Amino acid sequence: MSLNFNLAWQQLRSQWQAGDLRALVLALVLAVSSITAVNFFTYRIAAHLNNQGGMLLGGDAVIIADHAIPPQYRVEAKQHSLQSASTLEFASMAIKADKNILAEIKALDDNFPLIGDFDVQFSAEKSVQNVRTRPAKGEVWVEPRLANALNLKLGDQLELGATQLKVAGILLREPSRGGDIFSFAPRVMMHMDDVPTTELIQFGSRVKYQLVLAGNAEKLKQFTNKMTPNLQRGERIEDVKTARPEIRSALDKAETFLGLSAMVSVVLAIVAMLLASAPYVARSQEAAALMRCFGASKANIENIMLIQTAMLAAIGGVAGCLLGYLVQFGLAHFAGKLFLESLPAPNLTPVAMGLLLSFAILFAIMLPHIRALKNIPTIQILRRNFVLTPNKIWMNYLPVIIVITLLIFLLAKTSKLALAFLAGIFGICLVAGVLAYGLALMLHRLSQNNIFDNIISLGMGNLKRRLGLSIAQIIGFSLGAMVLMLLVMIKTDLMQSWQSSLPVDAPNRFIVNIQQNQVEPVKKFVSQISPSESNPQVFAMIRGRLLEKNDLPINAEMFTEERAKRLVSREFNLSSAAEMQTDNKLLEGRWWRADEAAAPLLSLEFDIAQALNIKLGDSLTYDIAGSKITLTVASIRKVEWDSMRANFFAVTPPETLAQFSASYMTAFYLPKSQDNVLNSMLQQFPNFTVIDVASIMNQVRDIMSKLATAVSFVFGFCVLAGVAVLYAALVATRSVRLQEASLLRAFGASRRQVTLMLLTEFASIAVLASIVAVLVASGLSYYLSRYVLDIGYQFNLPLALSVLVLALIFIPLTAWLVIRGYLNVAPKQLLNSI
Amino acid sequence: MLLSESESENNFNLTHQPKKSTLAKNTSAILATNLSKHVGDGANKIEILNNLGLEVEQGESVAIVGSSGSGKSTLLALLAGLDVPTAGAVEVAGQPFSTLDEDARAAMRGAQMGFVFQSFQLLPTMTALENVMLPMQLANRKDAKQMAMATLEKVGLAERLQHYPKQLSGGEQQRVAIARAFAPQPAILFADEPTGNLDITTGERIIDLLFSLNLQANTTLILVTHDVQLAQRCRRTLTLQHGRLSAI
Repeated sequence: MSLNFNLAWQQLRSQWQAGDLRALVLALVLAVSSITAVNFFTYRIAAHLNNQGGMLLGGDAVIIADHAIPPQYRVEAKQHSLQSASTLEFASMAIKADKNILAEIKALDDNFPLIGDFDVQFSAEKSVQNVRTRPAKGEVWVEPRLANALNLKLGDQLELGATQLKVAGILLREPSRGGDIFSFAPRVMMHMDDVPTTELIQFGSRVKYQLVLAGNAEKLKQFTNKMTPNLQRGERIEDVKTARPEIRSALDKAETFLGLSAMVSVVLAIVAMLLASAPYVARSQEAAALMRCFGASKANIENIMLIQTAMLAAIGGVAGCLLGYLVQFGLAHFAGKLFLESLPAPNLTPVAMGLLLSFAILFAIMLPHIRALKNIPTIQILRRNFVLTPNKIWMNYLPVIIVITLLIFLLAKTSKLALAFLAGIFGICLVAGVLAYGLALMLHRLSQNNIFDNIISLGMGNLKRRLGLSIAQIIGFSLGAMVLMLLVMIKTDLMQSWQSSLPVDAPNRFIVNIQQNQVEPVKKFVSQISPSESNPQVFAMIRGRLLEKNDLPINAEMFTEERAKRLVSREFNLSSAAEMQTDNKLLEGRWWRADEAAAPLLSLEFDIAQALNIKLGDSLTYDIAGSKITLTVASIRKVEWDSMRANFFAVTPPETLAQFSASYMTAFYLPKSQDNVLNSMLQQFPNFTVIDVASIMNQVRDIMSKLATAVSFVFGFCVLAGVAVLYAALVATRSVRLQEASLLRAFGASRRQVTLMLLTEFASIAVLASIVAVLVASGLSYYLSRYVLDIGYQFNLPLALSVLVLALIFIPLTAWLVIRGYLNVAPKQLLNSI
Repeated sequence: MLLSESESENNFNLTHQPKKSTLAKNTSAILATNLSKHVGDGANKIEILNNLGLEVEQGESVAIVGSSGSGKSTLLALLAGLDVPTAGAVEVAGQPFSTLDEDARAAMRGAQMGFVFQSFQLLPTMTALENVMLPMQLANRKDAKQMAMATLEKVGLAERLQHYPKQLSGGEQQRVAIARAFAPQPAILFADEPTGNLDITTGERIIDLLFSLNLQANTTLILVTHDVQLAQRCRRTLTLQHGRLSAI
């Protein structure tokens, strides 16, 4: 065994020195590092979420409700020896003198927090203190950005609704907010007992009530098991595992998406490895032939090859994991401060995945060759220039295809997505391949027309002469360029169309919580401040909960989709209108006539109707403030949510819900430097909540942009893998290129002519790869813009030209760097046959 | 114009150390003077060619024979400018050749020389026609295609223009290689064991073809071979031994 091991190692070393292995190892390292980098990154975020789970809740579990939590829940918790604390959260304006800002207010009882602590600064002189207490009665703690916005100092009074509270601390960190990418408004912490005096919680106010629990895990489990079936509508239990489902589901999606993006590079890298394995296998055949002649057994040959493959897989796997580890820092950096707190250090799970991948891919590629090598008759090995093809072609590729398919299923998690991805990648390769084939033939025809210099024609013609390899190189490079282009196109198109679709005076402020008697003054105010809104629209909002569809009860268990479950179990706003909003589009049914102003009809937004499987003509029963009302779906509308105008999922005729009390909202454009006008109105109506949508949209754009950068970083691997295909194809054709170069020199070609021919060949590959990338990426981008994202499509000429220029520089340069050694070879070696 | 055998016999001179002054008008196709080639240094120094001289007249056919490792291919490489001598010089048509830089030698090869190799050396990615066109394309000749087609027809491969080397038999491949060598009408043709990879019958046919084309084109032929019968068909046969040439 040790002899086999030594022989394997010796041969591996000499093959590395001869350069036969470099392209193979490079491609392997790329494949492993692209997968491990993504895994390191997503595992870090998942670990962060788990660590923060308990902190986020402020306890081990929490009961969340959109209404006051029944007191018996607390009693029940006590019976299970669990500690409990109550909190409630709502949004409201925080005001100081002439300034105001929307704040997320959290009121805590004396028991909070059960787990975790706060970092608070209690005086300007003292440093930050780590405390496990809560604001005292009559006091608040505020986040620094709120203090800055309102110019608040410690000891100042902060106006919250009908009361004034003293700012006793600057809140720097709280357990229940460990880095929430979706919290846009600054936090104000207050004592639960002060809530009634603010008078902020009124009928229709949106408040999140929580009962935080902590204690023995077994007891908690018993409690959860007992409570879960008895929870009322609008109530749910979350524990560390189920906390933050929106982030978790976003993370799951990101993990799948990044994993599949990395898979594009893995597939390309495998193509590169298949090409690059040819010289290694040929060299191994020579060595095996010699060893068989000297008496080595089939088993010896097989063992040596297996050991070599394992050694290569280990080397590639370790190097790939190291590179992946370095790259994930880049990913975390580009993702920016999506997470306010620093991510935990990466763990080693992805290393196992990386090593496994390395062994799986390499053995899949090598096993058919090893099998063939082992079974070859000795006499055949002795023949000069023997060609070893005892395997059928499909057998050589079958293990690789199986490994790729398994990986895709593993990464995609659902078979539907995996099949879609497989079909997608196959389809794109097929389209790119057919395009490359057609273009290469066109180029060959062009090269025969005596338009170009003979050397240039020869270079162009080389594409057709090595058609299979040329197509592999074109697909390899164009696939890498394509995914990057697609990302840039979609990102740019999305941002541009979003910005250009918004008129300059698109609403940038929403006012909610308007009471009926305040509607007219608000209308007057808006038409004064925003002259374009001569007749500002104020919308009624009535909170209702969907109870039945066609007289049958409807509940969360009936749906599998998370969004549908959420929509069914919460209250949502119904509005009423005589006319359909101009930016809505009627898809089905009809809008009501003037004589149907009080008819029990309903117009539903398309997405919600689809999520809840509601059809035109269905009757829906809502619970509004304890009363039931049944409405018939008269129309389905499409809503442009990104128009920034106020819009509603469910709208009734103007008089249908007249008997219910409503709160109102409006949206308007607040010109810059008009904040003081708004503030004076807010002092008049303290119950109003103003939402600065412009700044929220900016933050959303910022997050999208950071995520896109992180994703393009992963796609960078695809480009590198494309280059690996190029490199591997060059290595695979090394001997024939060497022969060509020597022959050309023997026939009198100058070094310049041989170089020119090579550069022409690879410049042609660059041009064709760019054309394929631009055509396919534009086609996909057109489809996505037009049919998926529903935005206008525009051909991105500067991007297409940039890809062409970069390819024209990069591809011939890479080729020249790899082959320049052959260009100087003395042609006398052609005579060595004597 | 093709020289008669008696005329040509008087026109060549073989000497180990030819004196330039004795040569008539410098019209030799190739003149090698004091040619040496060494590899390695000091104790490891191996002398492959040692102070060798050779003069070949235009239109002459010369066979160089010698045992394996005698330096035949090295001599051919030096004469064709594929390698440079350690000492001495090669002139082609009275012009300095071995002292030129590599690209200048390549240009001269392109203009005046053709090659036939033992292992054919056809490019596997090119058709028979493209292989034959290649040297003429490198010389930027506009009539490359016509010339190539005409020569392939002469070697009996008019029907095989679009075939790739792997679709041709060994004999056919060597006929393509011969067509490639003759098509540009070179002044000098170097043949490196042209029948080495062929069976006897095919080898004989190839030799007939080679000499018939050589006769038609009045090309100077320098042939390296083991094959005594082949060597005898040349006007002169020289043996390379211990780094020097001697006439048989």
